[in-house]
Amino acid sequence: MMKEQALLLVLALFFSLAAGLVGCIALMKRMLLAGDVISHLALPGIGLAFALKLNPMMGGAATLFLGTFLVWQLQRKTGLATEAAIGVIFAAALAIGAAVTPSEDLAESLFGQLGILSPAGFLLGLAAVLFVILSIFLLKNQLSLAIFSTDLAAATGVPIARLDLYFLLLFSLTVLVGLRFMGALLASALIIMPSATARQLTNKMSPFFLLAVVASFVSVAAGFLLNALVFKFSTAGPTIAVLSAVLFSFSLLARTR
Amino acid sequence: MTNRLLTVTDLNVSFGNREVIHDLSFEVRQGDCLAIIGPNGAGKTVLLTALLNLIPYRGEIRWSREARLGYVPQKIAADRQLPLSAKDLLTAKAGFLKLPAGELQEVSAGLGLSGELLNTSIGALSGGQIQKVLIAFALLGGPNVLLFDEPTASLDELTEEHIYELLHSLQKERGMTVLLVSHDLSIVYRNANMVLCLSKGKTCMGPPKDVLTPAMLQELYASAPQYYQHSHERHREGDSQVVQEREK
Repeated sequence: MMKEQALLLVLALFFSLAAGLVGCIALMKRMLLAGDVISHLALPGIGLAFALKLNPMMGGAATLFLGTFLVWQLQRKTGLATEAAIGVIFAAALAIGAAVTPSEDLAESLFGQLGILSPAGFLLGLAAVLFVILSIFLLKNQLSLAIFSTDLAAATGVPIARLDLYFLLLFSLTVLVGLRFMGALLASALIIMPSATARQLTNKMSPFFLLAVVASFVSVAAGFLLNALVFKFSTAGPTIAVLSAVLFSFSLLARTR
Repeated sequence: MTNRLLTVTDLNVSFGNREVIHDLSFEVRQGDCLAIIGPNGAGKTVLLTALLNLIPYRGEIRWSREARLGYVPQKIAADRQLPLSAKDLLTAKAGFLKLPAGELQEVSAGLGLSGELLNTSIGALSGGQIQKVLIAFALLGGPNVLLFDEPTASLDELTEEHIYELLHSLQKERGMTVLLVSHDLSIVYRNANMVLCLSKGKTCMGPPKDVLTPAMLQELYASAPQYYQHSHERHREGDSQVVQEREK
């Protein structure tokens, strides 16, 4: 049990690094809230997996990536804004998720603690998180150009549509890793709040990324610790999210702009 | 003999049922400064974006193999809250194109972009400063063709003068080919050696003295716009610059 908790903590700490980085890009792309909704796309898959006695993470992954692809296609084919496309898919996903998730598993689906973390699950999660971090590092130039101006980026040779899909998938992959301890409702809290916190504290890009990663890491580490020692909830997700919100509140007091 | 850099044949661009460019054909030779003029809605910006392959079109746009394009857009609708400095932006392009380390410094120095300006957030830059950063952005990668879309729209006269001096020196010193969208006919008269007029259902192309005639302008704009031919004399008395204008 202790070993599982240790693995979960290590994975959560690595997840916090990826979440901080992905959150910074999402904030600059003005898709934080839209991205938040992406995490809910996992709900029908988790629910179905619970109902069919399958691995809930696999179910969540299936509908998460399917939903992400649908969002991208809706955007491309209909010209809908990202938030509109995500809104449509989200409403459908939440309704299906609520309908199919057995009521005794609903709280776990929404707030975390999805089964036991096996060594294989740990390694897969770690690989996913490292992949996200490496991808953001490798794509940072293209992402910066596209965030500034899609026309200028496209004229420079950046494949905009492919980059959009790639980022949505990185976002979903990060959410997927966070599902286990944050749940479908809170998985994106660590993507949104640390980047919003960092944005209050700096106008410079490198410190922005660094502060977001630090805020995310501190939220997870302190959240796990507080939960283990004080609150003893079945999942650390809510404690982590609340701590992240507290850090954001502090950043408002210290804001530089 | 001058090289043909761009050949456009039967270009058509439509948005839904609205046809913006209809059967347009023209050529641009190396070293040309082609001004693209026409009333609002004539498709000047659309033409540039089609030439950059940013929008779908019918017909043929053929750039020669030697063409390396740089693009200076009319206006960037960038989020003023972005935590992105001018240097971040230029570094991102230099990194994406894997340019040698010194090129960014070289281009910045050539345009007189100070370290302070480069480290300023994009949102805090003035219109003229942003335009200079965009020109630096376009020059990274060593383009030999620059596409300028109303580079001085909404800038004050002094900044406008400065931008066009820059444009002129780029043409002169680097033999740059320029495609320039402008509403300002006096700028066109001064900088361009060829003019392409776009108007609904009508196009014409030729040297400014042949194209910018009262009759042609009357036809293009419905009423003849006034324009000025500028000539400049620089006086080294302080930094003052005397601009003489005479109505043409």
